[in-house]
Amino acid sequence: MRYLVTLKSGSPASPPPPELMDAIMALGDEATKSGALLDTAGLMPSAAGGARVSLSGGELTVTDGPFAETKELISYVVYQVRDKEEAVEWASRFLRLHRDLWPGWEGEADVLRVFGEE
Amino acid sequence: MAGSVTVTATDPARVVEAVWRMEAARIIAGVARIVQDVGLAEELAQDALVAALERWPRDGVPDNPGGWLMLTAKNRAIDLLRRRTVYERKLAEVGRDLLQQPEPDPDGELDDPVGDDLLRLIFTACHPVLKPQQRAALTLRLLGGLTTDEIARAFLIPGPTAAQRIVRAKRTLAVRNIPFALPTPDDLTDRLQSVLGVIYLIFNEGYSATAGDDWIRPALCEEALRLGRILAGLVPGDPEVHGLVALMELQASRFPARTAPDGTPVLLLDQDRRRWDHLLIRRGLASLERSVAAGPPGPYTLQAAIAACHAEARDPADTDWFRIAGFYTLLLRRTDSPVVRLNHAVAAGMAEGPAAGLALLDGLADDLPGYPHLPAARAELLARQGRRDEARAEFIRAASLTANARERALFEGRAADL
Repeated sequence: MRYLVTLKSGSPASPPPPELMDAIMALGDEATKSGALLDTAGLMPSAAGGARVSLSGGELTVTDGPFAETKELISYVVYQVRDKEEAVEWASRFLRLHRDLWPGWEGEADVLRVFGEE
Repeated sequence: MAGSVTVTATDPARVVEAVWRMEAARIIAGVARIVQDVGLAEELAQDALVAALERWPRDGVPDNPGGWLMLTAKNRAIDLLRRRTVYERKLAEVGRDLLQQPEPDPDGELDDPVGDDLLRLIFTACHPVLKPQQRAALTLRLLGGLTTDEIARAFLIPGPTAAQRIVRAKRTLAVRNIPFALPTPDDLTDRLQSVLGVIYLIFNEGYSATAGDDWIRPALCEEALRLGRILAGLVPGDPEVHGLVALMELQASRFPARTAPDGTPVLLLDQDRRRWDHLLIRRGLASLERSVAAGPPGPYTLQAAIAACHAEARDPADTDWFRIAGFYTLLLRRTDSPVVRLNHAVAAGMAEGPAAGLALLDGLADDLPGYPHLPAARAELLARQGRRDEARAEFIRAASLTANARERALFEGRAADL
């Protein structure tokens, strides 16, 4: 079964430490080599050229970033796993790296099953 | 929100099982390097799983659950060696540094940076001294973490048969003294062929299943893909490894479109291509590129190249049949089989016209007696030449030869349409 894991966080006070970036690369490499990671990408902040298209009351509106929310989507990963617990474990490993290597960082990963996949 | 409660969803037993499935192969491989016996390694790894199932619900899940399992399993392996009379000898061979580590660090325990242990495990499970079905069962058990019951359901065999298949495979490896080692450079090509064959056998076992079957059979395709991707990470320089991965990714990309809602199979050219899985197509094409960059194409890469021609055609009418027929010609030079010749004839018939296809089909009847797809292919070509009566007769012949009820209905329908 396939899962989409999205990572959200508030805007941090400092850039991510290089050790964290190395650790994230290593974890991504491990997930790829174990056949679980199908696709991933990091996302620019909504302030950097993002936009929102919304439909409300029959009206389409396009609003440029930054969005009003304090937490923004910063990356996504698509995993092929055997059950939810495996997807949760990959997401937990990812957040553990942030806990250990970027003090004060807070965020959340949503683990959602992709529709229509066995 | 009224009535909402905070739930911590981490049931430790389920975490243990998930981590186990994710790490089992590496743990078994790491232990097998110490004890030099995959059957014993699996038992010791299972002991570590049992220990985790006892401890984690009580003490909490450790920060590095995979490392914990590996450390526990390796400690048990070392304890076992200590108790054995062969202790001194084995220790001198393999155990020394492990025993001298004063404070084992769970974070370091999963380290097998080049993945050699895992690769040894794959080559051992797929060893040519085993029968192909034994290789597949042992691979699913040791590398996929499947239970005996799941393997039985996967191969549509009774549980005791699956258990026996695995036990016999392990015994054969022990009795024949198969070392837990990588193949020698001389053997590498043949041994890798055996591994690729096992992975593709597992894939096809799942691929040939139809909708509504037990979930485990489609899951076999995912398992084969996972094994293929792992192998591609371990042996990145081999064109055929990437070729097999490309072939499986591309074939799997058609799953969502290959059965109608009522379960009837939908032929490739009739599939709704919007329903193909484009993430898998992209991955398959990328693997094919890696294969081509790694060296001359073998049979898996050529089959993947054919699958890619279909994947790249947005509309069936855009299919580059000349290219496909060309790849079949190359494939025939590597593996001359009647089924490949049949497929070549179909592609040539699409590329150059029905007469060319029919000419290539002549003489195949002796090689493929009773094979329903031969008269069906001939029928399609005859129909395109306007030879309706002959086409109808061939479709009826195809219908009489197939054992599959849905396929029979398909051929009879084509006959009636003429």
